[in-house]
Amino acid sequence: MSDGSRPLSILIVDDEESVRSSLYHWFKEDGYHVDVAEDAYVALEKFEHEQWNIMLLDIKMPGMDGLELQKKMNDVSNDTVVIVMTAFASVDTAVQALKGGAFDYIVKPFNPEDLSRLVRNAARQIELKNENIQLKHKIKQLAHMDEIVGKSQQMKRVLDSVETVANSDSTVVIRGESGTGKELIARAIHCHSPRRYYPIVAVNCGALAETLLESELFGHEKGAFTGAQSRRKGKFEMADKGTLFLDEIGNISEKMQMQLLRVLEAKQFTRLGGNQTIHVDIRLICATNKNLEKAVEEGAFREDLYYRINVFTIFLPPLRERRSDIPLLAQHFVRKYAASMNKPMQDISPEAMDLLIRHDWRGNVRELENAIERAMVVGKPPVILPADMPFQLAQPHEESRNGIDSMAGMEKKHISYVLAKTEWNISRAAQLLEIDRVTLYNKIKKYDLKK
Amino acid sequence: MPAIKLVSFHFRFSEFLQPLAETIQRIVGWSVDLEPLDFDYSYAFHPERRQYHSSQILLGIKNLSSPGQNKMLAVTDLDLFIPILTFVFGEAQLDGPAAVVSTFRLRPEYYGLPQDNNLVLQRLIKECIHEIGHTFGLVHCWNPGCVLNASTYVEEIDLKTDEFCRDCKRNLGRAQEKLL
Repeated sequence: MSDGSRPLSILIVDDEESVRSSLYHWFKEDGYHVDVAEDAYVALEKFEHEQWNIMLLDIKMPGMDGLELQKKMNDVSNDTVVIVMTAFASVDTAVQALKGGAFDYIVKPFNPEDLSRLVRNAARQIELKNENIQLKHKIKQLAHMDEIVGKSQQMKRVLDSVETVANSDSTVVIRGESGTGKELIARAIHCHSPRRYYPIVAVNCGALAETLLESELFGHEKGAFTGAQSRRKGKFEMADKGTLFLDEIGNISEKMQMQLLRVLEAKQFTRLGGNQTIHVDIRLICATNKNLEKAVEEGAFREDLYYRINVFTIFLPPLRERRSDIPLLAQHFVRKYAASMNKPMQDISPEAMDLLIRHDWRGNVRELENAIERAMVVGKPPVILPADMPFQLAQPHEESRNGIDSMAGMEKKHISYVLAKTEWNISRAAQLLEIDRVTLYNKIKKYDLKK
Repeated sequence: MPAIKLVSFHFRFSEFLQPLAETIQRIVGWSVDLEPLDFDYSYAFHPERRQYHSSQILLGIKNLSSPGQNKMLAVTDLDLFIPILTFVFGEAQLDGPAAVVSTFRLRPEYYGLPQDNNLVLQRLIKECIHEIGHTFGLVHCWNPGCVLNASTYVEEIDLKTDEFCRDCKRNLGRAQEKLL
């Protein structure tokens, strides 16, 4: 039946002319694109020229029989839904056909309703298959690393590591200061791994108390503890066939470390209060901002668990070590918040950008994102100015490489700071600096300071 | 001006013919002429199935007269089949001259229910308009209320109306224009 989209194609393969002809007319009236083949050889020839969505295949045919054609068909195309037709309700033949990958079988002569339902189901199967392919394609499109911004050598190395490790099933530990984007990297690994069509489940181990974390990870049976009113699946089960991301792994208790190690070794566990063993197939990605080696030395982190998880490590550099990425990141966040806030903010002024580049960013990318979000709220479009930055940013923080600034450097920073503070009121700035205006003008020119 | 020739053979509901002709004429828009038919249909009988092969009946009807641009619609109360299906309510030559509809499985008593001839007439009207639609090249329609919606069991016939939906009506008009 045609619903306005491209009709499905049906190939009828049967040696009996009356069967071919009556099915041909039946499906034609339904609006399908139909053709017939009197034997397996003609059918194979027709498959060479055209892709058929559904094949109605007779089992008993002279020469090559239906089951043999089905086998050969699997080599040519496995996109066709095969419905086997048989004159006798032989269980053996039907089982053989179904084992060979047939969608269903039907006994001749058919009840019109059965035939209609069968073809409708086959059409639905094709529709779902196509939808599945489209969705997978969409996931692939969405899985690019656009969210990870950075062109610095350090970030390139990180992204190379992501690509290298994504295809394996190895456990990955992502190390880096808070706010460097560890979860983003974990998601990038998952999206590029063969597990990408299954879920990635994230758990922040540091945010949960020990008992809560246990129930969160392993789930619980009804009545396992006060408040467990129903059975609940844990994150391990939810991440089956996918990826489990354990953030702040360095913060879990010794008991949890032991339980985690046991699950990772055996790939099985039981829910709290339950006795049924549950098998899971997960890939583990952990993240921490702690020095795990030191924690092992101090006895705060189990050595065996450390070696179990520390298969591949990705170090995320702090933002202050990849300052060349700050303009890119800042622009990215301006675009992001301009869209979400519907504000026509287009750019960051050179002075504001200078402040951003010189800031220390103890909170890393998260702090930068917050700073831009705040500037987007208080600033007036189209450009973000130094005054829109959080106050503490206006203070010079940068130190030269050996930790000591030159006199000229200090002077430049101090003059910039005072100018920013007085919003470039030269008389006021000169007064604060206790120099005359001409001298201030000369210094501005000398250090190439711009409003 | 082409017309629909309505004929009957082995048909016990002769009182249905007049209202059937009038309704088809109103809905399809072509005049419907009631015509006598002297037709030996015994050749289409299948002794094992004890049914009549509808495709062979269609060929026989078509050979009886040269229909030209006319459409031939035959009604009968014989049980019809096509080889691959256990039964059919009717059959039409898609974009062709002939169609046949049977009341055999339209009767409630066939399903063990009380006789209701008015219901049989309503079902017959819908199936006749449905098959006539096929002779104009129209295929089944997804619209559940449209007369061209496919019915594989009798209750499905009761669910639809005897009218064409807007799209099918437009397609019917185009097909008829070509034949004028």
